Amino acid sequence: MVTLIVKDVAFGYASAPVLAGVSLEVGTKEIVAVLGPNGAGKSTLLKCIDRILHPQHGSILLDGEEISQMSRLELAKKIGYIPQSLAHAFSITVFDAVLMGRRPHISWRTSEEDTEKVLDTLKMLHIEDLAMRDINELSGGQMQQVFIARALVQEPDVLLLDEPTSNLDIRHQLEVMHTIKSIVRKHEISAIMAIHDLNLAARYADKIVLMNGGGILSVGNPATVITPENIRLVFKVDADVYEKEGKLHVVPLRAIVRATQG
Amino acid sequence: MTRNRSVSEKVTTSDEIRTYYKRFIARKLLFMALLIILIGLIAGVATTLGSYQISVTEVYTIIWHGLFHEPETTKELVVWNLRLPSIVMGILAGIGLAIAGTTMQSVVRNPLASPYTLGIASAAGFGAALAIILGRGFAAGQYLIIANAFIFAVLSAFIIYGLSRYRGATPETMILAGIALMYLFSAMTGILQYFGEQTAVAEVVFWMFGSLGRATWDKLLFVFIILAICIPLLMLKSWDLNTLSAGDESAKSLGVNVDQTRVLCFILASIMTAGVICFTGTIGFIGLVAPHMCRLVIGGDNRYLIPASGFLGAVILLAADTVARRILAPTILPVGLLTSFLGVPLFLYLILRRKREYW
Repeated sequence: MVTLIVKDVAFGYASAPVLAGVSLEVGTKEIVAVLGPNGAGKSTLLKCIDRILHPQHGSILLDGEEISQMSRLELAKKIGYIPQSLAHAFSITVFDAVLMGRRPHISWRTSEEDTEKVLDTLKMLHIEDLAMRDINELSGGQMQQVFIARALVQEPDVLLLDEPTSNLDIRHQLEVMHTIKSIVRKHEISAIMAIHDLNLAARYADKIVLMNGGGILSVGNPATVITPENIRLVFKVDADVYEKEGKLHVVPLRAIVRATQG
Repeated sequence: MTRNRSVSEKVTTSDEIRTYYKRFIARKLLFMALLIILIGLIAGVATTLGSYQISVTEVYTIIWHGLFHEPETTKELVVWNLRLPSIVMGILAGIGLAIAGTTMQSVVRNPLASPYTLGIASAAGFGAALAIILGRGFAAGQYLIIANAFIFAVLSAFIIYGLSRYRGATPETMILAGIALMYLFSAMTGILQYFGEQTAVAEVVFWMFGSLGRATWDKLLFVFIILAICIPLLMLKSWDLNTLSAGDESAKSLGVNVDQTRVLCFILASIMTAGVICFTGTIGFIGLVAPHMCRLVIGGDNRYLIPASGFLGAVILLAADTVARRILAPTILPVGLLTSFLGVPLFLYLILRRKREYW
């Protein structure tokens, strides 16, 4: 049973605060979607959880253990992070790229067991045919799958995804979200993703975290958080929210024009 | 997935991937084995070249014999004391510069980087100029120039290290610091040259051209020790270097201490470069072209790329030196001049056929 507890976290650069007083709890088998306008602090929150950025205030506990006290390596065994921009400076095969995910568990020599874990993961994501391809020749959707595969062979308890669907067409968006959901359920881990698409979030997340201006405005299940009022408040957009076949749908109507511009 | 599931496409199974991957690794090892054989062949031929006639088979016999006995005959003395030192220096320098180049490319995450990208050649050049023109430096006698070049080169590396500790070891910080140092040392060398005596200035220019001709067994031992320490350490870090390719954030999330890895590898590459060029002067393009060519053949995995580009660097430098010694015989052209000439068209070719933008 894994729980991630974010307690009163604050982070800022010298010029401006980005996060302030952010608290959050994430349980096992839970998919959490972090929503909010650009600059709300979604990516920053994920980076603080993986200690890529160091919060100036507050604490983050994984299974009761303070992550700032863990070594980089220990943390890498527990948290997998998939950044927003996916790129490799140098050519490498997809197989080798995914194999890198074993880095937290071994230092140099890969064993038969590591190879098998990579093969299993490629199979699970249905990307075995990419194994010997050069990672820099892949499409955005394929690259996304490869990075997810790498994070999975890390065997983490928590998966952090920074806008996993931003570069994908509609079919791949659904596929990636479906993959994440089935992995979370099957491996009993949790996933936290920053995402822009309200409909995808509503459809796949168990819990929605709505951020605005570096703080959390509302947390809860999709139906309680994704409301016309909240959308108007945070995104400055008039929207219809309705339920159809047990799923929440958001239809944006118009951007609210600011009084000064009108 | 955007994969084309066309009728003719067969689904790849885990077994097939296993086989492909094993074959892929075998190909890398084969490539390295071929390069090692090539080094032996070129070294053998290169040893025969010169005013004193010795055949290729004699060369190999003499080298084999000399491993267990002191050289006695004229032929043996010519091979062991006159010809082999510069050839062995060619091999060691080629390995050192190519591996330093491979490392620097991963460290600054840019395939256009070379061992000299961060200004190390200017620093070594200044050290040498200081010794030649003013006779000042860190050692006395015949080692003055060498010690000066080495110490200033390593010093510049540590200045960059210091700056990156202060500002974070990002490629940007390191490159900017390197450019600043390069201009600083070039300007200081310029001042020395402006006020220096003509013969001394000419000697500085000659030193900077880069040549294998100044090698002796003592110097080779020093270079060998430096390589023998630095290369295994870099090999240990080679997988971490791979992760840098995916970006600092990805590398960190894989448990890699990014700043430490970057700084350590940069320092090791700098010490290797300094250890080579303090004896040879600046020999360009080996450290840039060798890793590039290897990547085309065996891909970008540093665990194989580091040794392979080392061997290829030795092949290129040995071949270039052999040509440089023969092309205007009896005049011997400094090999540094020739590698630059060879490097430019090769490099332009690589840029023209590259698959994607690097900058």
